[in-house]
Amino acid sequence: MEFLESVTITPFVQIAADFPVFFGEVVFNGLLTGVLYSLVALGFVLIFKASGVFNFAQGAMVLFAALTLVGLIELGLPVWLGFIITVGAMVALAYLVELLVLRHLINQPDIILFMSTIGLTFFLEGFGETLWGSNVKKLDIGVPDVPLDIAGMLVNSFDLIAALACALLVAGLAFFFQYTPTGRALRAVADDHQAALAVGIPLKKIWIIVWSVAGIVALVAGIVWGAKSGVQFSLSLIALKALPVLILGGFTSVPGAIVGGLIIGVGEKIAEVYWGPAVGGAIENWFAYVLALAFLFVRPQGLFGERIIERV
Amino acid sequence: MNQAAPADTDADPAASGPILNLNRISLAFGGVTVLDDVSFDIREGEIRAIIGPNGAGKSSMLNVINGFYHPDDGTITYKGETRARMRPDQAARQGIARTFQNIALFRGMSTLDNIMTGRNTMMRRNFLWQALYLGPARREELEHRAHVERVIEFLEIEAIRRVPVGRLPYGLQKRVELGRALAAEPDLLLLDEPMAGMNAEEKEDMCRFVLDVNDEFGTTIALIEHDMGVVMDISDRVVVLDYGRLIADGSPDEVRGNEEVINAYLGVVHD
Amino acid sequence: MLYRETGQFKTSYAADQAIFPIFQDRIFLFALIAFAYLAVPLLASEYMLQAVLIPMMIFSIAALGLNILTGYAGQLSLGTGAFMAMGAYSAYKLTTGFPELNIIVVFVLSGVAAALVGIVFGLPSLRIKGFYLAVATLAAQFFLVWMFNRVPWWYNYHSSGTITAPPREFAGIMLTGPTATAETRYLLVLSFCIVGGLIAKNLVRSRIGRHWMAIRDMDIAAEIIGIRLLPNKLLAFAISSFYCGVAGALLLFSYLGSAETEAFDIFVSFDVLFMIIIGGLGSILGAYLGAAFIWLLPIFLTNAPQLVGLSMPVDLQKHLEVMIFGSLIIVFLIFEPAGLARLWQIGKEKLRRWPFPY
Repeated sequence: MEFLESVTITPFVQIAADFPVFFGEVVFNGLLTGVLYSLVALGFVLIFKASGVFNFAQGAMVLFAALTLVGLIELGLPVWLGFIITVGAMVALAYLVELLVLRHLINQPDIILFMSTIGLTFFLEGFGETLWGSNVKKLDIGVPDVPLDIAGMLVNSFDLIAALACALLVAGLAFFFQYTPTGRALRAVADDHQAALAVGIPLKKIWIIVWSVAGIVALVAGIVWGAKSGVQFSLSLIALKALPVLILGGFTSVPGAIVGGLIIGVGEKIAEVYWGPAVGGAIENWFAYVLALAFLFVRPQGLFGERIIERV
Repeated sequence: MNQAAPADTDADPAASGPILNLNRISLAFGGVTVLDDVSFDIREGEIRAIIGPNGAGKSSMLNVINGFYHPDDGTITYKGETRARMRPDQAARQGIARTFQNIALFRGMSTLDNIMTGRNTMMRRNFLWQALYLGPARREELEHRAHVERVIEFLEIEAIRRVPVGRLPYGLQKRVELGRALAAEPDLLLLDEPMAGMNAEEKEDMCRFVLDVNDEFGTTIALIEHDMGVVMDISDRVVVLDYGRLIADGSPDEVRGNEEVINAYLGVVHD
Repeated sequence: MLYRETGQFKTSYAADQAIFPIFQDRIFLFALIAFAYLAVPLLASEYMLQAVLIPMMIFSIAALGLNILTGYAGQLSLGTGAFMAMGAYSAYKLTTGFPELNIIVVFVLSGVAAALVGIVFGLPSLRIKGFYLAVATLAAQFFLVWMFNRVPWWYNYHSSGTITAPPREFAGIMLTGPTATAETRYLLVLSFCIVGGLIAKNLVRSRIGRHWMAIRDMDIAAEIIGIRLLPNKLLAFAISSFYCGVAGALLLFSYLGSAETEAFDIFVSFDVLFMIIIGGLGSILGAYLGAAFIWLLPIFLTNAPQLVGLSMPVDLQKHLEVMIFGSLIIVFLIFEPAGLARLWQIGKEKLRRWPFPY
């Protein structure tokens, strides 16, 4: 244990003590990435809770939404109109996914549904790039990006605004789930499909709604990410990082997705800064996955997930 | 199914010793008591019924016996050996086989393959031999295949040998599941509601199989069943659970007359 | 009318357990193998061998491996590319470190190396299943590829970071390297492909194969009837990774010649997964059919527009291809989850009954 602690914890405490400003910047940087992971993970959780489908295509939806928005803006549309049309496209996508895919796979094993969303991933990536091309695009939504000095740390105003927007979105979603009739129905479906059907909740409509909401969450993630580092194919790969986030946070927990995202975001940035140079760098690529893997051994159901009792 | 060693088919089960002894078993899940200080035994060669209303802890009892659940308290003595914490596969190796309340067959596999899995604890060849499918591994496959064919014949399911079990009707699936358990040549066979959801004819068939297994091979059977007619007909002794407690234990006639059983289990006496 | 099993009575369980119980099937298979060994090297063009058949067969070996793990044992893996990389880099290190070591032995040993790594990354399958496990195998994918990229020892400290298959001979015949002919490389890959398929078939029709399928279909019940989950799952990981490792080594030595880690990235993992979904999960034949389909489809798409007189920009073609792959996966999962292998079987049934539909 002592050895573990000397490798895993002590160095960070040391860095934090010796270079508080640098450490603070790294943490803040990680937090913003973490917020983005959280957003993607949130999309996963929404769909998983309501339909039991593990939607591998969430990352592709982020890319698709961002591509569509950029494409529309490049066509000369104002940002707000492009945004509305993109939202419309994501709702249409949700409708089509239900109509063409999910409806035909009811009662299939989870793993089949999962693989169908891998198919959906490829379809969306191919479709988006066929439609809008595959070159890296700059997304400018007119949010100021100037460095601010907060308690000695250099922080981008864009990052701050983005983090704020994400927080608002999460709060809005929480309100939607907790206090609206649709939200109640969603939670009912999440608990028990059969029972929800029996009390007259239209399952298909619910599925379209969650996929739409997940699509809009994807759009927000795509905007923030795209504005930061350009809209490109790698968005879809970065979004895969949401998977370890889910393992950390639990597949069914909204707070889990958020906390998990922040932990992974900050964790991999710190790991890169501290361990990266020692082993050749770029450990960000895999750190999140290995961290999640290690975590699985300790708590397979995640931080906030429900413990599974197996029955026969 | 071991023809080489026919059991004492006519011996009075009451006279033989217990194969399994459950002593003061308690089990709880997150504060909910499932089994509360339950003790009873199962004698070699008998048919032992476990009955009780829904949620009485019957299936949990079977899960405890074959190591799927670990009791919080109490001891289990099987074949004279008091067992430490064990895994289900170890129980299977010691001769405990079972069927399930909700059929637990391997749906993607054929009837034949399903029943072959029942022989898994008796097959020895490692995967390198199997990769070559030569000599010992091939011989082993064929030997066990021959044995499984006897089970198939016994249960009269020759016609569905190659059919994936997922496509079979419910009654046949139950029969295949019994076949898988029998293929293991168990000393103790646990049947969890083998006749649930069956029509009268299928029930009769199943009763016949259960009695035949017990008679011909001397297999000890513990069964959970809701059909009182069946229980009273085929079992040697009956134990009654209610809310995780044992409320009666004795011959079918004794249990039938027990006041507490009538109150707790049957509710109101209709006469 | 030639395809009939009338009059072929099975009188022993051995005959009934045979891989191809129907006489005509056996004839067909032997004819096919003879054709592949004798006629194809003479008839096929160098392009056909080098760009179509060799990679197709190499990927079918990887697909066999993944199908054992995912199709039979039910453990979803997105780390196929990484296990292939393990095989390729191990083979490279082995044969550059011990040049006198027989190249066939090198291939087998690199499969063993991949198997060991497979076991390590299979350990989480004790605690998790389904898509949770998929995430764990992603860890293998990203970690291993990163390692081969960043640890110079693996590529013998070459400044370019690439590994190149050195020339190696066996019994006086050049099998690998630039001087090996397409024909010898084809025959080498073909042999691995056939032996691999036979061994896989033997495994899945034996006890171990039943254990895997039992775990796939219902792990709890499997455990209760005495099947130990961990050793069986790990064995599936090991054998699957062995196949992937050999495929990776062959990919480097017999197809690419030299490679960097990009040749084994996550898209390779997806490609192999698509092969087994479209070919047929839990089917040996499916691994071959799927590999052929996924490898041939892009070639077809490249050439089809020209055949009808259209020209299509390369990137558009690439995007369409990805789109078509995605749609096909969904279509197959909905309409024929058992894949091409099942369609083949249905076709055979029809043929048996022809010309009477019932």
